[in-house]
Amino acid sequence: MSTSTRMARRSGIRGGEAASGWLFTAPMIILLGMFLVIPVLMALWVSFSDWNGRGSPFSGSVSFVGFDNYSALVGGGGLAEQDFGTALRNNAWYVLLVVPIQTMLSLFLAVLVNRQILRGRGFFRTAFYFPSVTSSVAITVLWLFLFSSTGAVNKLLGFIGVNGPNWFNDPSGVLHNILGVFGVQNGPAALTGNTFLGISFWEWLAGPSVAMSAFILMAVFTTSGTFMLLFIAALQNLGGDVVEAAMMDGANGWQRFWRVTLPQLRPTLFTVLTLGLIGAWQVFDQIYTGTQGGPGKTTLTPAYLSYQTAFTNQAWGQGAAIAFILFVIIVVFTLFQRWLLAERAVSARRMRLYVQTPTPGGSK
Amino acid sequence: MSTTVRARVHPRTPSQRLRRLSRPQLPTSAIAGRSLLYAVLIVLAIIYIAPFLVQVATSFKTDAEAASNPMSLIPATWSSAAYERLFLNSDFPVWFKNSAIVTVFVTLGRVFFNSLAGYALARLHFRGRNLIFALLIAVMSVPGVVLLIPKFLVINQLGIYDTYVAMIVPLLTDAAGVFIMKNFFESIPASVEEQARIDGAGTFRVFWSIVLPMARPALVTIIILSFQGSWNELSHFIVATQSAELTTLTKGVASLASGQLSQGTQYPLKLAAAAIMTIPVAVMFFIFQKRIMNTTDGAVKE
Repeated sequence: MSTSTRMARRSGIRGGEAASGWLFTAPMIILLGMFLVIPVLMALWVSFSDWNGRGSPFSGSVSFVGFDNYSALVGGGGLAEQDFGTALRNNAWYVLLVVPIQTMLSLFLAVLVNRQILRGRGFFRTAFYFPSVTSSVAITVLWLFLFSSTGAVNKLLGFIGVNGPNWFNDPSGVLHNILGVFGVQNGPAALTGNTFLGISFWEWLAGPSVAMSAFILMAVFTTSGTFMLLFIAALQNLGGDVVEAAMMDGANGWQRFWRVTLPQLRPTLFTVLTLGLIGAWQVFDQIYTGTQGGPGKTTLTPAYLSYQTAFTNQAWGQGAAIAFILFVIIVVFTLFQRWLLAERAVSARRMRLYVQTPTPGGSK
Repeated sequence: MSTTVRARVHPRTPSQRLRRLSRPQLPTSAIAGRSLLYAVLIVLAIIYIAPFLVQVATSFKTDAEAASNPMSLIPATWSSAAYERLFLNSDFPVWFKNSAIVTVFVTLGRVFFNSLAGYALARLHFRGRNLIFALLIAVMSVPGVVLLIPKFLVINQLGIYDTYVAMIVPLLTDAAGVFIMKNFFESIPASVEEQARIDGAGTFRVFWSIVLPMARPALVTIIILSFQGSWNELSHFIVATQSAELTTLTKGVASLASGQLSQGTQYPLKLAAAAIMTIPVAVMFFIFQKRIMNTTDGAVKE
């Protein structure tokens, strides 16, 4: 077959592909462009303007104010800075607790239900996954009931002689409470005297409030099922031969998990951590439904603060600025994860070491 | 499974012989381990299921009983007052209708537009395809919560604020869904469609009557994700609408949870509302349970 006929046939099949290609992708391009790309650019302008919500943000009466909105948040010394610092503190504690706990719990659940010989495997998987399909609004309503002062959780705590707190109305920090048990009521002057983003270091170290702790438990409850499925899929893809080899070498179940299975799960572990981090920085629905930032602003999060600043207080520039700072925080965390992922080149070699060493031992 | 089989085929390795010697102890410890495993699993399952049982039970209690006896799973006096109030004396039916309308349109839209774009990106050769794909990946990484103010700005600017158009159109496609469809189309062989093309079928015809029917597994994934995503969506509706006639279930139940705290707790009412709004996604989940539990891409919740 000569080149020219092949070309002709090719263009015959591919005829008009460019036009169809653009036509097929046009709805997606228009929708995502119109409701995602353009809006982000508009909001970027608003974050540098003094728009107050009246009229169009592009009208002549709206003026460019430079970094004013941003500087009010990170160094203004006013209420805006204090609220922003509080929101960051609250969400940082939330991330610090939710991400490791949900990752460990979902891995634990996956390992438990991944056994080949297990009665009711399907039932257990369904039970653990079900909370993930419900909406955050419905779960929050349920949580408000379970964790009310005379609710089921406090009843349960009462059975073991614990006087449960008034969960969603308790603004006290958990770490402060623990220190209080040891008689530490006030922090050292070095911590109380110096501030960062408008709140003192002692306040930064308060830990999540009791109210926030209830939300932390809720996040773990609703997300562990989803991540469990990711881990189950990864576990099923692992070849049995490596574990087998370790078994021949006499490694017990504990050693096999930590030294053989876990290193092989690294990619999934990173996926779960990244998704967890991104999700945990976006707490909004629960706060909107449940506490609106209270008690004592201890469940305020940057996402909710951004909404409240713009829609309730009509400080649109500042609200948009908070959203963009949050955006940067999430991107930085994601890039940090990517960077850690890149380290895998080294660990892959180490993993091969694990993979290879048992074999000579086994064939001895 | 294979490990035990292999171990029995070669019973003479040193470690095996050692294990043989310690055999007599094994059954008791194995039984103990097994019982411990089941005990842990059962306790965990109770922790995961009990909240929902308490929810349903409480929705049938009276207000007084819900407060005095929050844990019992069987109401002392059965009361359907909460459900009667929701359906006969509140906006609840309107909320349900709005959620249903939005979910149906968004799911249909995503099935069509995502597969259309996914197919083009996977199979059609045209200039700019790689650029579009790169932009898609970039767009996918924008966290949703950051878009609250931006979405309101554009909806307001377009003059569609507080309409069904504002509720539905921005959700009609999603980058993650396009990505899933593209990956799927790349995984199926191109030979069938090429044959159809040689026979003279146009691009859309090939897509519609040959490729799309083959894409059923991926379409089911899109249906599950879109249904769950739009039914459970809250923040988009907060910034797109304000009138009572356009309130969705998520927005309505959220207002029930926060707004009426001052006039008594009304827990049965709230829990009944939350239970009803869970039913459609639960039904969806049980229909597609096998698929959700077996694949990874269908399981990621956003």
